[in-house]
Amino acid sequence: MKISKKDVEDIAHLARLKVDESLVGKYAEQISDILKYIDKLKDVDISGAKLVSDACFNTNILRPDVPVKSGGPAVTLANAPDRRGDFFQVPNTIKPN
Amino acid sequence: MNLQELTIHELSKLLKDSEITSEEITKQYLDRIEKYDNEIGAYITIDREYALKQAKKADKMISKGNASYLTGVPIAVKDLLCTKGVKTTCGSKILENFVPEYDATVISLLKNQGAVIIGKTNLDEFAMGSSNENSPFHLTKNPWNKEHVPGGSSGGSAAAVAAGFCVGALGTDTGGSIRQPASHCSVVGLKPTYGRVSRFGLVSYASSLDQIGPITKDVKDAAIILNCISGKDLKDSTSIDVDVPDYMSVFDEFEKTGLKGMTAGVPKEYLSVEGIDPDVQRVFLESKKRLEDLGVKIVEISLPHTEYVVAAYYIIAPCEASSNLARFDGVRYGHRSKESDELIDMYKNTKHEGFGEEVKRRIIIGTYALSAGYYDEYYGRASKVRSLIMNDFTQVFNECDIIISPVAPTPAFKIGENRDDPLTMYLSDIFTLSANMASVPGLSVPAGFSSKGLPIGLQIMAQRFDEKSLLKSGFGFEKSILAEAADSSGPAGKFCEL
Repeated sequence: MKISKKDVEDIAHLARLKVDESLVGKYAEQISDILKYIDKLKDVDISGAKLVSDACFNTNILRPDVPVKSGGPAVTLANAPDRRGDFFQVPNTIKPN
Repeated sequence: MNLQELTIHELSKLLKDSEITSEEITKQYLDRIEKYDNEIGAYITIDREYALKQAKKADKMISKGNASYLTGVPIAVKDLLCTKGVKTTCGSKILENFVPEYDATVISLLKNQGAVIIGKTNLDEFAMGSSNENSPFHLTKNPWNKEHVPGGSSGGSAAAVAAGFCVGALGTDTGGSIRQPASHCSVVGLKPTYGRVSRFGLVSYASSLDQIGPITKDVKDAAIILNCISGKDLKDSTSIDVDVPDYMSVFDEFEKTGLKGMTAGVPKEYLSVEGIDPDVQRVFLESKKRLEDLGVKIVEISLPHTEYVVAAYYIIAPCEASSNLARFDGVRYGHRSKESDELIDMYKNTKHEGFGEEVKRRIIIGTYALSAGYYDEYYGRASKVRSLIMNDFTQVFNECDIIISPVAPTPAFKIGENRDDPLTMYLSDIFTLSANMASVPGLSVPAGFSSKGLPIGLQIMAQRFDEKSLLKSGFGFEKSILAEAADSSGPAGKFCEL
């Protein structure tokens, strides 16, 4: 599988990631090489094989539904890059005109 | 006192016999780090006050007669594990100033026993790498030869143990990140069974593969740390409620029976891996012979899906990483870009400024493989191949108690040698990835040296939750190596010169 520079840009957008223009071409090349290598998985007969999530991690692990004390806003917001009172503050979600 | 040689079990005795206090020994290690770590770069953060406060507390525990093996012992911790009140960077600019509000479960367990957390060690960013070259802060150099990498991603922890900057350390292992640097630095590294040790407070890279484990000077020390950190934790639903044996009991067992009656499997597929360095080949054959001389029966086994392990891993791990790392968006913690007046731009710029090249590369691969239309082709297929790899392991453990192999195809490579070739770097994980993919435990134990004096380890793997077989065989192997080393004048020294 070969991926183009535009693919890299589109995928980076999906991941909410900005990639330097100078790196886009390098990533396209390197990731194409990696995906080409990964294509060897197509040689494996997977008929009848289970997903690992079904084979091993298929039991829900529950814990008792008992309320415990939380740290509260002081703990939750201790590392907030920006806050207003007990809330995280973020930039506008819609670009201002 | 030679700080490089001192083991946990030796120091523990000195502390209990009041030959030295924890405060004194902690100061000696801190002074040594201050003097030499600018040459090695093992640590990201050292908090002298924090360490000495714990040491004083440990001294009180000892004077009251409440000491365990780890009480008062300086332990280094990979900077991917949350430490309350102490910076936890994950080797990333995005968390450069992050100070957790809680301790990881393993840190709480160590502290409960009175261990002294002496500092936070360097790593490849978010544990993505095999050389520590992906740390944005500084390189870590191999204490055995400073032109070479220490391995990774727990390269800082392995270098700190080898250089005598701590008595033991914690690392984490997603695809070999404990075992490979341990091999490159001539120390012991143990990746426990998935679920043996709580991951609570370990910043996730690939959640179905990550596991925390000890990096130590000898096998007995690995057992001491494993005893302390193992067990079910309500805060990690993937930790498994299986009885934790006393891992120290294996050493008594060894004294009684040795390794007689054990069977070691050698996967025939591993011997045909391309690019194995002749020194690695030689040391492996010598190690096999050594185990045979100790009474271990060697059998050839087959792990037929070995050829596909790297490919399946490098889909599963980046997929999980792309999901796990989405949380670093500049909203709740960590770096936030100041270059944005709109939310989506803020996310993009924050990650752009905060993440390094390898992390971005894996996020892109993972996002691509999980995107609509490609999910079944990549993640679905890789996950099914992983279950076939697991079946291979289940099958072979009907024929043997342990599996032996090299840890890495080459000794530590030179700094910069593989930096621009990610695929070559990924392929060097061939021997270690399987243990993570199959969720089985793996140990790296020093086995010899290359002709250029670089350390080479032996990997031992066992069935899920059979860490005892790893420790027992590793201990017998180590004992035999050390006995021979004491009698020879070759590169026998277990300790490097700084």
